[in-house]
Amino acid sequence: MTTANVIANTPVAPRKPWKATKADYIPLFVIFVLAAVLDIIVVAVTPMKGKLAYALLFFIFASGFQMALKWYKLGKRAAIDSLAGSVAITGAIIAFTPVASLLATAIVKGVKGLYPGFFYHDMSVANYQSPLNQGGVIQAIVGTLYLIFLSTAISLPLSVLTALYLTEIRGKASGFIQFLVQAMSGIPSVVAGIFIYSALLLTTSLRGSTIMAALALAILMIPTVTRTAQEVLLLVPRELREAGLALGATQWKTVATIVVPAARNGLITAVILGVARIAGETAPLLFTLGVSNKINWNPFSGGQSALPYYVWSGLGDGTELGIDRAWSGILVLLMLVLSLFVVARIFGTRKVKIK
Amino acid sequence: MSSNVIERVLPEKRALINRPRPSDIAFRAILNVMSYSSLLILAAIGGFLAFRGFGAFKDNGFGFITHAEWSSLVGDDGKEISTFGLGAMITGTLIISTIALFIGVPISVLTALFLTFYAPERLKRTLVTVVDLMASFPSILYGIWGFIVLSPMATYWAKLVYKFLGWIPFLSVPTPAFDRSPFLAGIVLSIMIIPIVTSVSREIFAQTPLERMQAAYALGATRWGMIRAVALPFGASGVVGGAMLGLGRALGETVAVYSVLNIVFKINWHILYGYGGNIASMIVQKFGEASFTEKKALLAAGFVLFVMTLLVNMVANTVVSRAVKSGK
Repeated sequence: MTTANVIANTPVAPRKPWKATKADYIPLFVIFVLAAVLDIIVVAVTPMKGKLAYALLFFIFASGFQMALKWYKLGKRAAIDSLAGSVAITGAIIAFTPVASLLATAIVKGVKGLYPGFFYHDMSVANYQSPLNQGGVIQAIVGTLYLIFLSTAISLPLSVLTALYLTEIRGKASGFIQFLVQAMSGIPSVVAGIFIYSALLLTTSLRGSTIMAALALAILMIPTVTRTAQEVLLLVPRELREAGLALGATQWKTVATIVVPAARNGLITAVILGVARIAGETAPLLFTLGVSNKINWNPFSGGQSALPYYVWSGLGDGTELGIDRAWSGILVLLMLVLSLFVVARIFGTRKVKIK
Repeated sequence: MSSNVIERVLPEKRALINRPRPSDIAFRAILNVMSYSSLLILAAIGGFLAFRGFGAFKDNGFGFITHAEWSSLVGDDGKEISTFGLGAMITGTLIISTIALFIGVPISVLTALFLTFYAPERLKRTLVTVVDLMASFPSILYGIWGFIVLSPMATYWAKLVYKFLGWIPFLSVPTPAFDRSPFLAGIVLSIMIIPIVTSVSREIFAQTPLERMQAAYALGATRWGMIRAVALPFGASGVVGGAMLGLGRALGETVAVYSVLNIVFKINWHILYGYGGNIASMIVQKFGEASFTEKKALLAAGFVLFVMTLLVNMVANTVVSRAVKSGK
């Protein structure tokens, strides 16, 4: 065996000289401690006060010391590079702080009003100023489920057929339709609401009901479902379609028995994302849903309740108890949206992007 | 005899058909018709709102866009005397959206740069999920959070800004009232547009050609040098498109703005001062007690909002899709 062979056959752990070792983190740690100490001293001594002062000074000290260190060790360009890195990390921290605050506040404030009856009582036995152990959101949960079911039933056929047109037929109008679907995704939710109001409720004897609100929500749902469904259908390999056609199947047979089943999980994801988009919409409901404080099983007549509407009313009530109720409502709504999101992730055969 | 057996095995020769089967004709016809549903819906929205709101446009003329006054009174003779003008609301909407972009876009671009070029792989995947999650939060959550949690903080910040920068015209206030200001609404909106601007920018940055990045490094660039020389010029148009998509969202946001803004029909250029305007929120605010005539004027306002957001979104989508295409 030659030496060359021995070298070739011996597994050598790759060395990564560019990776930071533990020793490299020591100055960083020292800098953070130093910055924190200085931060506290400066805030205590000078008239600057508050969380904002702490955050700002810590940023200045920590990034300043790092810059100084880099300048000393590697020169000016490394110092500027270090500053850019600090700024980018700070930007990301600023972006993600509200998420943490939103979730934490919703949980802390929402849990206060939760009790088992919250999930099976309705609001006909209580009002927004009643103690928190009376009344609940069952009517709103039923209403939201009705809305989800009906708007899915309305928007699913339209969206999937449009997506199939864009991926299977690719007709002359494809570019135009694509453009329209994108334009539709920018319709403000309030416009969808007043559109249904102006078209169906303003001059007729019809009154707000579940189906009216579902129509408004379907308008908002169509673009999301169409775009996700289109992305999923494009992922189905061309060879599958060609194989179907080569075996003598018609295009309809190919689509119905090969393409759509192949994309099934992705299509489920598309629907779930669409549902997550509309489940928390409030504005359209204000014009189209009517009012109800108990369960209304009939979706075609009479007012209905929904979780976002419950939260809205609690907030509009303005009293402390009303706002506590609103937080509990939003917690239930958030749990619903988050579980939909998780289910979409599990079904998702691809990385789900929300555009 | 053996040849007979073979003849029996061979299937009868079928005629070749190259015209579409009835099932395909029906299938394609249905898809062709259904694909126009989006056009139908958009046309119906524009048509109905314009039709119902036509009276308001006709009565107020061009003043419907420019005047700031919005009043509807029943006079002594039982007739309604009404003036409808969206001036304050349109300027208010634009001011709030500008504040939102001013705060939200830099933060989003920094976040996108961090996610693409700085974050370790696992942290990156988690944070990308969080960004998507943020986009699916109900808007009323942002509203109630802005009202309860952010509002006191923002008032404090507004006072600080006023103390140090109060000499700048639009940062001054006539009297020290900082609650429910356009500034607060702008901050809430900036948080709401962060997910969309971040995800669009991140997608563009992620397409930065590897060769160019490696070329920059090979020439001795630092990471920031590479970002400035390669990634930012490459992603600029995508960032602009993402910001415009964010603008489209900010223009049409209703519930969150309604929860935190004091809506007054008076043009307010002092962004820290406690009142402002917003078309979408105004529609919600006025709708409950509106008379028939006023409702029609509100539908006309909805038409104005629809046209504004549609235009912004169309431009934004064109910019983004061009940016994505040129990246490939």
